[in-house]
Amino acid sequence: MTRSLSGYTLRLRRFDPESGKGPYWQEFKVELEGHRSVLDAILKLRDEVDGSIGIRCSCRQAICGSCGVRINDKPGLACHTHLERAAQAASEGSRVIQVEPMGNMPVIKDLIVDMDAVHWKKIRRVTPWLINKQPVPEREYIVSHESMVDVTQSMGCIQCGACVSDCLSMEVDPEFIGPAQLAKAYRFVGDPRDARQYERLKDLAEDPHGIYDCTHCWMCIDACPKDVAPMSQIMRLRRLAGSEHQIEDRNNGHRHEHAFTENIARNGLLHEADLLSDSYGGKLSPRAVPVLLGSLPVILRALMRRKITLGHALLHPYRRRYKDLRQLFESIERRERRYELNLYVSGYDGAEPAQAAGNGPAMVATGTSGVGAGQAPREEGEDI
Amino acid sequence: MRVAYWPGCVSRGFTPELHGSMAKVAPLLDIELVEMDRAACCGAGVIAEHNQELADTLNARTFALAQQTDGELMMNICSTCQGAQTECQQRLDANDAYRDHVNETLASEGLRYERGLTNKNFLWLLVEEIGLAALQAKVTRPLSNLRVGPFYGCYIVRPMDQLGIDDDHPRHRYLQWVIEALGGTVVDYAGVYKCCGFPIITMNREASLRQAGRHLGDALDADADCLVTPCPLCHLNLDLQQPLAEKVIGRELGMPVLHLPQLVGLALGLEPRQLGMSKHVVRPASVIDWSAAVVGARADAQA
Ligand code: SF4
Ligand code: SF4
Ligand code: SF4
Ligand code: SF4
Ligand code: FES
Repeated sequence: MTRSLSGYTLRLRRFDPESGKGPYWQEFKVELEGHRSVLDAILKLRDEVDGSIGIRCSCRQAICGSCGVRINDKPGLACHTHLERAAQAASEGSRVIQVEPMGNMPVIKDLIVDMDAVHWKKIRRVTPWLINKQPVPEREYIVSHESMVDVTQSMGCIQCGACVSDCLSMEVDPEFIGPAQLAKAYRFVGDPRDARQYERLKDLAEDPHGIYDCTHCWMCIDACPKDVAPMSQIMRLRRLAGSEHQIEDRNNGHRHEHAFTENIARNGLLHEADLLSDSYGGKLSPRAVPVLLGSLPVILRALMRRKITLGHALLHPYRRRYKDLRQLFESIERRERRYELNLYVSGYDGAEPAQAAGNGPAMVATGTSGVGAGQAPREEGEDI
Repeated sequence: MRVAYWPGCVSRGFTPELHGSMAKVAPLLDIELVEMDRAACCGAGVIAEHNQELADTLNARTFALAQQTDGELMMNICSTCQGAQTECQQRLDANDAYRDHVNETLASEGLRYERGLTNKNFLWLLVEEIGLAALQAKVTRPLSNLRVGPFYGCYIVRPMDQLGIDDDHPRHRYLQWVIEALGGTVVDYAGVYKCCGFPIITMNREASLRQAGRHLGDALDADADCLVTPCPLCHLNLDLQQPLAEKVIGRELGMPVLHLPQLVGLALGLEPRQLGMSKHVVRPASVIDWSAAVVGARADAQA
């Protein structure tokens, strides 16, 4: 079968520090089949039009993680993005494929960013190797399949940096440890052979730029070409640190989580005024005082604008409707093991995933008429 | 249409003007709200990070309550509810054994969740159920000279596949479409799809407020008159905390932030006061001035 060539326009972000000029955009035309990758197009341009275009690549098949770039404002692998799909995703139907270097990292040249300065430095921060339990067995460790399945998702990472590129916490706090980095941390925290689960968690919870500095924005989940879902791994780290090891971090992360849950158990609906003080250890806790004073203007302003009433700030008006809720909380929190479902591991019942949010027509079970629901997890062995 | 209505908690707590304006706007759009007043907070992702099963059970309970009503679907008015509930629903719908397990807990209250609930934010409902043409036809006071910056909130745009965002449902464009249908001008700025920073406000206050301040500043630089958001939590960080954000980034902002039903209500002819706009910390003066002008224009049109 012959596939026809099509014309594509690429708009590349160029920058050469030696030129003394600032970055600029340059447009190129290229003829290739639509199923070829954005990387193929850039390499063709480099070979045939402008040998000075800078891009990093190696495997050209989504294994090595070298070719991370931003395509049409979204981070991803150049070798893993079809030209035709990229053209369709271009802004306002322009079909112009815009390629620029990843964010949150300094640009070295054109599409090449300095991974060492940010990504790798931060990876080293999480002690990315196994610390053996002693005594080390004479031969190999025997580990059950189930206990390793849990960390397989984080092992899928190819260190491309796409998640780091668009991490919204890092954008405002460059010291934030980072999504790929914390996913890597979970890879060892969740490993049954590792001897330092508690110390690792304590360290990451106490660091003001650690697990509680992630703003839960889902960017890294959408960015990752390998379904690593760094944010989900960060949430696992938080669950382990807080619920399992009861680590009371100085960032109030665990206390906030606990206060929030307790707040709902007590009130049914979130009672914000309570939450604020409880997150810092209760209204009378010394830690709460400066924070409460700090937020006093906010609460006063809200009172002044009649946003809330004094009664509301002190009491919860809806509480009595939720008498049964406490029992539900207790029955679940009393369980010996937390019940956790990871769809990446368990997959979906039936051939198709259930419908995505609200694309189905009716109220009750409608089967699988939905579109585009979560991707089925990869078959084992598919990923390399 | 009748919908099982989940207002969320913040809309009845720190942003009562959201709940209030939704109640005013619904009849104008022929939406009948069947309020689910026994449903509990969705957990906003925080309960899930504490205990996943607990969050899933709380939301299964809400879904079951929705299924007990005669609404055609469930409607929420909070991006965070949409995202947090969708995440739980995905797990519940994917695995029969897990759903049965969760339903066992609900049985003590006589509740049961059946797979496949439809849960839509008011934004999605506007575009997909009511339709932009029908919405436009109801506009009595077009937002002719209003430059509006959309602010979605993370939970309603990511992850795209989980939220059913695809070529047939470009739900990450709906706010822009609605602003246009109401006659306003869409302002594109860097913060449209970013995070307001609210989730880390008690953990890293400075970073959180820097996020809010940056997006507000970007919108200001793009000459926006106001922002509009379908998320009350975003509203907390963007409006209630705006004076603090100003301090953190060292810049005056004064950017009004409207809830989606308020923006719709204005265009459907309601007065700013009826929509609770006097309750905002940053008074939407630019919007109100403008309304007065257009009220005048409407009188012209009648003449
Ligand atoms: S979810 Fe957390 S780690 Fe992931 S991109 Fe957002 S802030 Fe960064
Ligand atoms: S987690 Fe995903 S996006 Fe991040 S570096 Fe690893 S493979 Fe790339
Ligand atoms: S997201 Fe918020 S408003 Fe919505 S239910 Fe949860 S806590 Fe309440
Ligand atoms: S923008 Fe803020 S409140 Fe809104 S969804 Fe994101 S974190 Fe939540
Ligand atoms: S070149 Fe190896 S991942 Fe793209």
